[in-house]
Amino acid sequence: MKVALQVTCVNDAMFPDTGKAVVRLLRRLGVDVDFPAAQTCCGQPMVNTGYLDEAVPVVRAFVDAFAGYDAIVTPSGSCAGSARHQHAIVAERSGDPALAKAVEQTAPRTYELTEFLVDVLGVTDVGAYFPHRVTYHPTCHSLRMLGVGDRPRQLLEQVRGIQLVDLPMATECCGFGGTFALKNADTSVAMGADKARHVRDTGAEVLVAGDNSCLMHIGGMLSRQRAGVRVMHLAEVLAATEASEGDSDGPAVDARAESFEGDAR
Amino acid sequence: MSGTFVGMPAFPTAARAALGDTQLRRNLAHATHTIRDKRARVVAEVEDWEELRIAGAAVKEAALRDLATHLETLEASLVRAGATVHWARDAEEACAIVASVTRAHGADEVVKVKSMATQEIGLNEALEAEGIAAWETDLAELIVQLGEDLPSHILVPAIHRNRAEIREIFRRRMGAVGRPAPEALTDEPAVLAGAAREHLREKFLRARVAVSGANFAVADTGTLVVVESEGNGRMCLTLPEVLISVVGIEKVVATWDELDPLLRLLPRSSTGERMNPYTSTWSGLTPGDGPQEVHVVLLDNGRTRALADEVGRQALRCIRCSACLNVCPVYERVGGHAYGSVYPGPIGAILNPLLNGVSDEQTASLPYASSLCGACFEVCPVRIDIPSVLVDQRAAVIDSHRGDRVPKQEALAMKAAAWTFADARRLRWAERASGLAGRVLGRFSRTTLPGGRTAAGRLPGPAAGWTGARDLPAPPRESFRQWWDRTDGGRDGGRQGDGS
Repeated sequence: MKVALQVTCVNDAMFPDTGKAVVRLLRRLGVDVDFPAAQTCCGQPMVNTGYLDEAVPVVRAFVDAFAGYDAIVTPSGSCAGSARHQHAIVAERSGDPALAKAVEQTAPRTYELTEFLVDVLGVTDVGAYFPHRVTYHPTCHSLRMLGVGDRPRQLLEQVRGIQLVDLPMATECCGFGGTFALKNADTSVAMGADKARHVRDTGAEVLVAGDNSCLMHIGGMLSRQRAGVRVMHLAEVLAATEASEGDSDGPAVDARAESFEGDAR
Repeated sequence: MSGTFVGMPAFPTAARAALGDTQLRRNLAHATHTIRDKRARVVAEVEDWEELRIAGAAVKEAALRDLATHLETLEASLVRAGATVHWARDAEEACAIVASVTRAHGADEVVKVKSMATQEIGLNEALEAEGIAAWETDLAELIVQLGEDLPSHILVPAIHRNRAEIREIFRRRMGAVGRPAPEALTDEPAVLAGAAREHLREKFLRARVAVSGANFAVADTGTLVVVESEGNGRMCLTLPEVLISVVGIEKVVATWDELDPLLRLLPRSSTGERMNPYTSTWSGLTPGDGPQEVHVVLLDNGRTRALADEVGRQALRCIRCSACLNVCPVYERVGGHAYGSVYPGPIGAILNPLLNGVSDEQTASLPYASSLCGACFEVCPVRIDIPSVLVDQRAAVIDSHRGDRVPKQEALAMKAAAWTFADARRLRWAERASGLAGRVLGRFSRTTLPGGRTAAGRLPGPAAGWTGARDLPAPPRESFRQWWDRTDGGRDGGRQGDGS
């Protein structure tokens, strides 16, 4: 099976550790994952803001980059949703039957990470170790557009050392919503404030989700509040092992002194 | 004596003001969660709910597919049953018809059944201009009318008010338009309802003309259907001599059989009841029983415009249950007034632009009044894919500006992003620049995210919208693709360089 990582533009440019975690995790599970260098973005920022014409070349870049792969794995419910539900709309708008045909190939082969792990690889215990108090926020597009259901939970429950606590009002939107976060910043922040409050109520140290853009929003609020809660992509939790704990974005014990010096500068 | 949505600012501005109203926030959160939970409980009781939704959607879709035929059948059935049928292209025509029928009977007042169509056309204001008083008889509509307020919800238009505020409105305003509220008025719901009942009874017994809408119109029998909870509708539909019903053309279904799924879907979706207390049906007039003159105004007012929209036409399936409002995280926080229309919430955010077009700034802001979380689609009893229509209407907004001589900043940014994303080599250059920015920010920023990564503090310009309330991680020094290239996909010393 030829497997490609669609890292997503947000992870590529802002959260490379998530991409690295997916690579580590999939290799550990015996998948020889490839990173097609021609990939860029799924086009969702344009589509969801109404710029359909502008999305056409972006979707074209997507189908060109991922042509020929059996599975396209992405650590984002939102981007998987875009590929599966919106690319056909963009292709129709382009009036190019070749693009529509190409989308028919890539759309059904695009999997959100937890779908790929549970449905395609058939694993729920990925050999992870993460000794922290964690709460999980199911992002809207993974929950309602893709219907990933309890797959993320099945995976988290198998993580050794984890203390998983329920997030109150978990299925409510965090208020990110792409350009909504900027165009309707006040409403977005009001929604985020409630989500952050629910996260804090859990007493969790780490908030985990399957979409870094939602986490950038909730995490940005928690950080501004100095809430003492960090956010982490699900892939990074699943990639963590006894040997690697602390390698990624988390606060490794010996890194603490260093960051303390940095703050005192 | 009511407010007006005319001149409302665009959604983001109206929402900002609403978000600052703490009483409103509290009232809305309480009310929407109460109805939401109630709905969830009674929907869970129905084993074949999904099949029922599919059936409901199919019934409405079939009616819309053959709308002209069904409307002609409806007209013929109504005329046969003794009703007078009027066709109204727009709000102005519809209001003029109602005013002229009322005037023909020498009446200077009408009693009203709660109706979205008459609110949509601004009937009360139009009648007031003609010297005709229109009395709302639905309890919540009465509260809104007495408070010279605007409705903020399709089903419970006074959802933004709590009982203490309602007591105050009744105490201050009832006396000016009829029987005053009793001296000993408390904020107990039963006491408040009692005061409204006494106040309204005079008007029911006096009025000679009633105005209603209709939830459904059955073409082959010429039957109109009103679904309600309070019984005030039944009073209006049976006591006066003359009944005028303003009915959107999308309300038609072919036969009584089609009502079956709709009447099962509506109460559970709207009030969270297994069955609504009152379902009134009437077919034209019955000699010696009820109104002896029956008028039906079939209203277009943008509906044929919506019908012509390939993606958006599904919005005409809407049965006005308001389940989408109650689950919407945006509506829950800003309330109905911010949408600047009698149709607020997710359905309003698509219905208004579909009915009216997107040429004015306020309507054009509505499709963006959503985080696209999809909760509305999940609860819609007739499966309107609201998120997809929202995105499609956003495209309509953007397309309407494609000819602008000076493009908006956002359009330029999107074009630049699309150009960058069209070719991975360009993205690589952009990421080098962002990595450089990350180094600079990393050096000068004094903020760290929980977990240790450097964050940008408050930034100026367009970024202020984000950083006003949210920290933003500084870009990493190395993008994922740079890491992949440098380390051969992590096979070669890939553990180093977390990029923060």
